[in-house]
Amino acid sequence: MSKVKLATVWLDGCSGCHMSFLDMDERLLELAELVDVVYSPLVDVKEYPEEVDIALVEGAVATVADEEKIRKIRAHTRTLIAMGDCAITSNVPGMRNAIGPEPVLQRAYFENASAQQQIPTEGLPKLLRTVRPIQDFVKVDVYLPGCPPSAETFHTALTALLTGEPMDIPALTRFGA
Amino acid sequence: MTIEELEQIAQSVRQENAKYDYEVNVCMDLACASQGSGKLKEELEKSAADSGKRILVRRTGCMGPCSHGPLVRIDPEERLYEHVPPAKAQRIVDSLGGAPIAELQCDLNEHFESQVRVVLENAGYIDPEKMDDYIARDGYKALLTVLLEMTPGGVIHRITESGLRGRGGGGYPTGLKWGTVAKAAGGVKYVVCNGDEGDPGAFMDRSVMEGDPHRVLEGMAIAAYAVGASKGFIYVRAEYPIAVSRLTTALREARRRGLLGNNIANTPFSFDVEIRLGAGAFVCGEETALIASIEGKRGTPRTRPPYPASSGLWGKPTLINNVETFANIAPIVRNGGKWFHDMGSERSKGTKVFALTGKIANTGLVEVPMGIKLREIIEKIGGGVPEGHTFKAVQTGGPSGGCIPAEMLDVGVSYDALLKMGSIMGSGGMIVMDDSSCMVNVARFFVEFCMTESCGKCIPCRAGTAQMHTLLTRISNGTGTLEDLELLEDLCVTVKEASLCGLGQTAPNPVLSTLKYFRNEYIEHIVNKRCPAGVCGMEAAAEVLA
Amino acid sequence: MSAENDVRTLTIDEQEVSARPGQTILEVARENGINIPTLCHLDGLSDVGACRLCLVEIKGSNKLLPACVATVQEGMEVSTDTERLRRHRRTILELLFAERNHVCSVCVSNGHCELQAMAQEQGLTHVRLPYRYAKFDVDASHDRFTADHNRCILCLRCVRACAEIEGAHVWDVMGRGIDCLVITDLHEQWGNSTCTRCGKCVQVCPTGALFEKSKIGTERPKDPQFLPYLNLMREAQ
Repeated sequence: MSKVKLATVWLDGCSGCHMSFLDMDERLLELAELVDVVYSPLVDVKEYPEEVDIALVEGAVATVADEEKIRKIRAHTRTLIAMGDCAITSNVPGMRNAIGPEPVLQRAYFENASAQQQIPTEGLPKLLRTVRPIQDFVKVDVYLPGCPPSAETFHTALTALLTGEPMDIPALTRFGA
Repeated sequence: MTIEELEQIAQSVRQENAKYDYEVNVCMDLACASQGSGKLKEELEKSAADSGKRILVRRTGCMGPCSHGPLVRIDPEERLYEHVPPAKAQRIVDSLGGAPIAELQCDLNEHFESQVRVVLENAGYIDPEKMDDYIARDGYKALLTVLLEMTPGGVIHRITESGLRGRGGGGYPTGLKWGTVAKAAGGVKYVVCNGDEGDPGAFMDRSVMEGDPHRVLEGMAIAAYAVGASKGFIYVRAEYPIAVSRLTTALREARRRGLLGNNIANTPFSFDVEIRLGAGAFVCGEETALIASIEGKRGTPRTRPPYPASSGLWGKPTLINNVETFANIAPIVRNGGKWFHDMGSERSKGTKVFALTGKIANTGLVEVPMGIKLREIIEKIGGGVPEGHTFKAVQTGGPSGGCIPAEMLDVGVSYDALLKMGSIMGSGGMIVMDDSSCMVNVARFFVEFCMTESCGKCIPCRAGTAQMHTLLTRISNGTGTLEDLELLEDLCVTVKEASLCGLGQTAPNPVLSTLKYFRNEYIEHIVNKRCPAGVCGMEAAAEVLA
Repeated sequence: MSAENDVRTLTIDEQEVSARPGQTILEVARENGINIPTLCHLDGLSDVGACRLCLVEIKGSNKLLPACVATVQEGMEVSTDTERLRRHRRTILELLFAERNHVCSVCVSNGHCELQAMAQEQGLTHVRLPYRYAKFDVDASHDRFTADHNRCILCLRCVRACAEIEGAHVWDVMGRGIDCLVITDLHEQWGNSTCTRCGKCVQVCPTGALFEKSKIGTERPKDPQFLPYLNLMREAQ
C-alpha cells in the first residue's frame, strides 16, 4: 500500500501551528510510517504536487499570493484541514481588519524603519484589504481550532483521519486553545 | 352630557350646514397639503365670500386617492375634483350651480366602488378639529349608549360577536383580549392606543388620528368602560406632529364637553387620556417595548408571558390596541356585532384600511372588506401598474411582510391567507412592485430597515439581521456564492425562530418570500452576475490594496 | 391545597421532575442535573431572555421558549437538546463570534471565558458567517478596570449587576441594533464616571470585555458566584 501524501502549508500565521505539529515528537516517527510529506515548509519542495491526500493549512489569507495558493491547494487536495485559529478565524493577522492595511504598512515601513523608508513594490505580493479565514475562499473539510492546536490534537485527529475512525474535535481543542 | 344633548348638538350642526347651498370639502391631509391645498382652501374661502353664494368651505382629513391630490369634493353633488391648483379656486366657486369643470373631474368610480368605509367613514366629511362635526355624524353616541344602557360584559360580548381582530398586525381577537383584561385582578388598569405606526409606506393610523381623532378617543373610552380602566395613553410617534396636535385638540374638546374626565354622562365611569410621544423607534410598536417606553425606560421588548393583559404598564393589567382597532369600536357598538360580522371573510371580519403605494396608478388610502381579492385591490381600486410596465409583486405587512407574486393575486385578503403565502397582514402597508424592481434589492432594503430598527437586545435579531444584510449585499453586488445563499436561508430560520419579539421573528419574511417566489432572480445575480431588473450595480468594492 | 403545597409535575428530556409554581424551566432543569446552555442568565441577577441560547422546545407548540424566563406548567413536556435547538445555538454562537473581534488567543479571559467554553460545549469549530471586523474602542481610563468593547457580547450582566446589586446605575446601553454599546453614565469615560469601583460588573462579565488591570492572565478567572450569596444575605436582613 502506498503511503498517504501529506502536505503542510504556511499562509499568514506565526508558524506556531507547525511548531506544535513538531511537538508530536517521537509520534512523528509513527506518522512517518504512514505518510509521505510531499510539500511543507519543513521539506524542500517548491511546487505544490498534482495530487495530495491531506493538506494541513496554517494561517489566514492576507495577500493575493495567499489567495492564489489556497485555491490551488484546494484544487489538488483530497482532504483540506484548516489548522489553527488563523486559518479558521483569521485570528491575530485579522486584527488589522478593523483599522485597514494602511496604518499597518505605515507602522512597519515608516515608523519602525530607521532607513530606507518605503513600502516595497517588488518581490512582495499585494495585500488584501481584509485578512480572512480560508473557508471564505475554499471549502474546508476538517477544522482544527486552537492557537495552536496541541500536539495531542494533531496526533488524535491525524490518526483518526488515516484510520478512518470518527473524531470528536470539540473534545480535543477550542478557539484560543 | 346626555344622548339628548348629543342629539341637540348634532341638530344644530345640521341646521348650520343647511344654511349653505354648497359644501366645498378640501382635503388637508399631508399628501394634499404638501401639494398646496392650504393655499387652495384660502383662495376658495376668499372666492366664496366674494361670490354671494352660500358656500361652506371645509377642511377635511384624507379622502383616499392621494396621488390625485389636491382633492376637492363638492357636496351635495358629490363632485370630486383632482389636482386642483389654488388658481382654480375662483373657477370652482363660479361653477357651483352650473356644469362641472371637465378638466378637473376625477373619474375614480371604480376606485371607490369596491370600497366599504367603516374606519374612514368620516374621512373627507368632517373637519378634524371640530368635535361637533364628529357628533353630527353619530359621534360619541356609541359611548353614551354603552355607559347608559350596557354592562361592561355586554360591550365585550358585542365586540366578540363582531369577530374584530387586532388591526396592528397580529390579528389577535379583540373581544378575547378585552375579556382577558376585564377578568384580570386589580383595581388599576390601563388602556393604551398604539399609534406608533412605523412601517415604510404605511399611513393608515396617521390618517385616522389626523382626520378623525375623536373616533379613536371614543373607541378607547368604550374599551376602558368594558375592561374597567380609568386611565388611557395614546402612544404616537413624534414624527406625526399634526396627529399629535389634532389629538391634543380633540382631548381638550372632549374634556370640555364632559366626554372625558370624571363621571362621564353622570355615571360613575371616569376616564382620561394622556398622549405619549415615541422617539422614532420602530420596535416601540411592539407592545412590551411600547410599555417600557411609556414607563420612561429604554424601548426594548421583553418575553411574553406575562402578557400586558395581566401585567402591562407599571405591572398593571393593560389593554393595548392599535389605532385602527379602536376606530372600529364605535361603529360596531352602534350597528351591532352582527353587522360587522357580516362583512369580510370567514375568519377575518369587517374591513381593513390599506396604504397603497409603489408602482401603481392610484396611490393612497383604501378601505376594503376583508376577503377581497388582491387583484381587485391592485387592478381595480389601485388602477394597476402604470403603462408600459407589468406587475411583479405586492409587498404587504411592512418591512416584516412578504412579497406576493402575480400568480397569487386571486387569493382573498385575510390574516390567515397572507400568512399562508409567507406574508402578514401587518398594519396594512401595501407596496406594489413592477418589472423595474429587483427582488434581491427589495429584500435587502427591508432587511436593512429591520437591521437598523432592531433594538439590539437579542442576538438573533441584532446580529442576524446584520449578517443577512451582509449576505444580501454580496449577492446584489455580484460577489455572492451559492454557499452564501444556503447560509442566508439557514440564518433566516434561526432569526425567525429564535428572536425575542415580532420584529426579529418576521424580519426574514421579505427574504424568505422572495426566495420562494423569485429564486431565479437570486440565482441570476449569483451565477451570471446579472441583475435581471437592472437595479443592482454589481460593483463590489476592490478587495486588493492598490 | 395551600399555595406552599402546590406542586407542578412535568418532564424535561423525558425525565419526570417536580417544581413549585412560578419556577422557571431553567431552575428546575438545573435542580435535576439537566444542563441548558445560557450566557445572559446569571444566578443572582434578573433574567432578560436575550441570548436565546436557553431556548427549549415544548411538546405541542411550535414556538421555542427561553427556559430562563418561561415558567413551568403542569404536564409540560420540555426538550432541551434537540437537533433543531442545537442548530440554533450554534448559529447564535457564530453570530456572536462574527459580530465583534473575539480573538481568543490574545484575550485576558482565554481559558476561562464563558463564550469560548460555550463554543466548545456546543461543538463549534468554525464560523460560517462573514466576520464583521468592526472597529471598537477600548476604555482604559479607569485606574482599576478596562472595558474592551471588542469582546462584549451585550449580555448586559454588567448593567444589571450595577443597577440591581450595587444600585449605582452606572452601566447602561446606548444605540440600537448592531450599534449597541454598553456605556458608563451618559457615555462618559469609565474613569470619569460615577463608578463606585465595586468591581461587580467585572466579576459577572462572561468574557474578557471587562477586566481588572492587575489581574490579566489565564490564572485569574472571574468569580461571579458571590451574587446568590449576596442576595441570600440581603433577604436575611
